[in-house]
Amino acid sequence: MTYPEGLFYSKDHEWVKLEGNRARIGITEYAQGALGDVVYAEVPSPGDEFAAGDNFGSVESVKSVSDLYIPVSGKVVEVNGELDGSPELINRDPYGKGWVAVVEMDDPGETSGLMSASDYEAFVGESD
Amino acid sequence: MNKSEELKKTPLFELHNRLGAKMAEFGGWAMPMQYSGIIEEHNSVRSGAGIFDVSHMGEIRVRGKDSFGFLQHMTTNDIGKLQPGKIIYSLMLYANGGAVDDFLVYMLGENDYLMVVNASNLDKDFSWIIEHTAGYDVKAEDISDEYGEVAVQGPKAEDTLRKLTDYDLSGIAYYEFRQDVEMAGMHVLISRTGYTGEDGFEVYMSPDRAEELWNAIVKAGGEYGIKPCGLGARDTLRFEARMPLYGHELDKDTTPLEAGLSFAVSLDKDFIGRDALLKEKQEGLKKKLIGFEMTDKGIPRQDYEVYKDGSKIGYVTTGTHSPTLGKNIGLAYVAPEFAKTGVELEIMIRGRLGRAVIVRTPFYKRAAK
Repeated sequence: MTYPEGLFYSKDHEWVKLEGNRARIGITEYAQGALGDVVYAEVPSPGDEFAAGDNFGSVESVKSVSDLYIPVSGKVVEVNGELDGSPELINRDPYGKGWVAVVEMDDPGETSGLMSASDYEAFVGESD
Repeated sequence: MNKSEELKKTPLFELHNRLGAKMAEFGGWAMPMQYSGIIEEHNSVRSGAGIFDVSHMGEIRVRGKDSFGFLQHMTTNDIGKLQPGKIIYSLMLYANGGAVDDFLVYMLGENDYLMVVNASNLDKDFSWIIEHTAGYDVKAEDISDEYGEVAVQGPKAEDTLRKLTDYDLSGIAYYEFRQDVEMAGMHVLISRTGYTGEDGFEVYMSPDRAEELWNAIVKAGGEYGIKPCGLGARDTLRFEARMPLYGHELDKDTTPLEAGLSFAVSLDKDFIGRDALLKEKQEGLKKKLIGFEMTDKGIPRQDYEVYKDGSKIGYVTTGTHSPTLGKNIGLAYVAPEFAKTGVELEIMIRGRLGRAVIVRTPFYKRAAK
């Protein structure tokens, strides 16, 4: 499996797309495949503030709940309202329509602690 | 998967891996949890057909002059209801009324019975049986290794299997079985039973022919959209139909009366646990199994606490997002005074209370033919 270039990746299988000072966040293809059919996503609310590593939501499949850990610190400015009626967007389009939240980053330099696409690919290869 | 080396494997293990199934441990076995996805598999059973590997189930044969009396003593349901070719659902209980296991009993012939038990409880069940044979002219054998088993379930299950046999399957009524039926070039035992709430069959064959039969069934069911289904869908299907799963709705601290299984209990005869059940009926049940539907967002799961007006009144045994109903539903034990349809409850879902309401079960019932 290859992962989109231009995104950063966390050990908890989330991706980050830098949009100026903001970070759009979702879960990777590997994560959605491991989860199975997503039936519910608990997303944060605009205004919520998190430090990198905080539990900022969860994604539920038929059989299990997976906590989401925010890869970067910041304040939530947008959440994906479409996930309410269509949680399966996370399975079908994890890097696009399946995005979870956008945060205004406290420190855009924090992405240096995340993995590149090729590092993440190697990381996932080791976990299998 | 190194873990698979320590786990037991069904005759279809290689096949599941070739199909790309997600495998996991269940009851000491390496089993397929899903192939194409739980929701898709679940839906294929409700609308067409699905095939399940259930070879992990345990089979215990009980034979001998006293087998009737022995089973009457050991199990809750009336063995007198059986004739050769018929099946009943039953339980074995501890003296305190708690469940050892739930299972099916097939009457193979005079003084010859087959118990089909939960994979996770096979060793416990067999030991329990052997411990109690003293004084009975009866022989119990664990013959699980002699069978492979598949379940074919759904409105198109019979159409699928009809293509593989000249035997008139329509003549097999619900909870009946036939032995030595020729199907796809082999001899099988076939019963109209299942764990999905749909019409369907369970087919027992020689383990070395299991893969051959699976492939024949998949080919025959192709026009009906038959899909391989794993334990994930097996669980969501049985749950919608309110069928209990040992370890969830049943355990050693739960009686069949609490679980709403009095149809499988014959208090007219003496059996291990009967006195405890009679006492329970007299004094009142300590808990009752109910079904509920979430009215707030959130998915209830096993062991989540149930509240009413600020007090804990019970716990969830099974909960999930129901693919067929498109709702979040659950089964729970609650104090009996709250066990009525329409009662509002709250479920503690990971730190937050979500509102729910008690509904009638089964959540899903297939349309009458």
